[in-house]
Amino acid sequence: MKKRVSIILIYILLIFLLLICVFPFYIMIINATHSTQELYTGLQIIPGRYFFENMGHLTDSVNIARGFGNSFYVSILSTALSIYFGAMTAFGLFEYKFKLKKLIYTLLMVSMMVPGQLGIIGLFRLSRSLNILDTYWPLILPSVANSSTIFFVYQYLNIAMDDDLLDAARIDGSTEVELFHKFVLPLSKPSLATMAIFNFVAYWNNFFTPMILLFSEEKFTVPLIVNNLNNGMLQDLGAMSAAIAISILPIIILYAVFSKAITEGMMAGAVKG
Amino acid sequence: MKKKRAKWGLLFCLPFVIVFLVFQLYPIIYSFYLSLTYQESNNTFTFIGFGNYTELAQDKVFWKSVLNTWKIWLMCFIPQLIAALILAVLLTQYHLKAAGFFRAVFYLPNLVTAASIGALFLAMFSWQTGSVNNILLALGIIKEKVNWMSSPAFAQGITSFIQWWMWFGYSSIILTAGIAAISQDVIESSIVDGANSWQRLFKITLPLLRPTMVYVLVTSLIGGMQTFDIPMTLSKGSAEPNKSLMTMVFYLYNMAFRNHDYPYGATISYGLFIIIVVFSLLFFRVMYGRKDKE
Repeated sequence: MKKRVSIILIYILLIFLLLICVFPFYIMIINATHSTQELYTGLQIIPGRYFFENMGHLTDSVNIARGFGNSFYVSILSTALSIYFGAMTAFGLFEYKFKLKKLIYTLLMVSMMVPGQLGIIGLFRLSRSLNILDTYWPLILPSVANSSTIFFVYQYLNIAMDDDLLDAARIDGSTEVELFHKFVLPLSKPSLATMAIFNFVAYWNNFFTPMILLFSEEKFTVPLIVNNLNNGMLQDLGAMSAAIAISILPIIILYAVFSKAITEGMMAGAVKG
Repeated sequence: MKKKRAKWGLLFCLPFVIVFLVFQLYPIIYSFYLSLTYQESNNTFTFIGFGNYTELAQDKVFWKSVLNTWKIWLMCFIPQLIAALILAVLLTQYHLKAAGFFRAVFYLPNLVTAASIGALFLAMFSWQTGSVNNILLALGIIKEKVNWMSSPAFAQGITSFIQWWMWFGYSSIILTAGIAAISQDVIESSIVDGANSWQRLFKITLPLLRPTMVYVLVTSLIGGMQTFDIPMTLSKGSAEPNKSLMTMVFYLYNMAFRNHDYPYGATISYGLFIIIVVFSLLFFRVMYGRKDKE
């Protein structure tokens, strides 16, 4: 009996927190479907009929489709690089004994621990002297050295990799590069999938760095566009709500599909880390 | 055989090393060099030693930004740790069927673009049309609409609340993983010894959870000291009211990228770095004490 009471209390707490988590998103979706006039009259709690009109106002003032294209382009390329080279580096550290291994470990640790903003001004000045300011290069290229991915895959290889298999493949005449592509990449797929989801979300949400490195509006990613609209470019409340709603949508869809993989991946990372 | 293959290890690591050196390490070192210079013109920097750092130490705006950052972080972190701990302990102790579902929903705000979150909450807390005022008015809690974003205390409080909202689910997942990693033997033997669930919580779970809590504390500190996205969008880029949303990174951004004073911006980034390092070490020390040396 006592246990049943505590379980009911726990559910009340959980549902309360659930409402806090979901409420802002609910309001956002509702507001996106109402006209600005309606929003001025008071609280709206049921969906309205103005979504497409709001979207029309939004697309009149900004090319949001292009922003999505830019965001996908940057996020997918960065994710692919981070996964491919992350696995490669992890394999290099896992499989071979070589002179500079200790040094590379140290670099990896430094890369994990140093806060991201420390080198931001240096990165800006570097991009300027390399003439790659206002391009996607300084956003995409650094993902080759994604230290948390390397670390995660390295941990996974320690558990899942079978040395006999690699030796057998070598006897069959596989080169080291073939070994990496034919065996290591497929075998580490579960860890790569987890990191791919995490990295995609992180690159998609990236705000500070692109804000500093990009100037041309036609190159802006979704967060930069939302920021611009929010800073006064868009006065239309309904259209602003629509902009916020559709900027969040891809991540919510991604999460609806992968939420189990994401939360489990986090737990796995946390236990090892 | 092994020796012959050794070069492959280096070759496989080479892309990482090159990109790390060019895009991470070099910018960090170059930033440090910049912090020791005076900017003559757009592209000429003269070496002046630590002058910028003495200026930073006397800069009232910088210290205000330090204070703002800490206030916002603490008002977010303390409730976050408490909520996350309660959730982690309860969801582990009572094996609820829906635990996974709740965890997934609580984690959702963490995944969403901070820029959109800032804009969303700004709309919710807007004076005339915001849903928060409308609801409070409808419930009879307030008689007149409150102009939230004109008050420094509310502006900081809302920022902290947003960060809490974004991070408590994450922290509770990390702590749950930490609790799950505690050896079942320890817990069972304590039950045999007659410990009740409160004793188990305070004598076993919490002490053994200390490394995980240090992890949550230090990662939250590192992230919290770099708070930027939410204050930026919530204040429409102004850090107002009364510069209460001017965090350290916000100040860095203003100095380097609005005023184009790169040496001083770089100095702020190292000031920020020093604060992070000092307090991370301090927290490690306090949380582990001397036992760590055993």
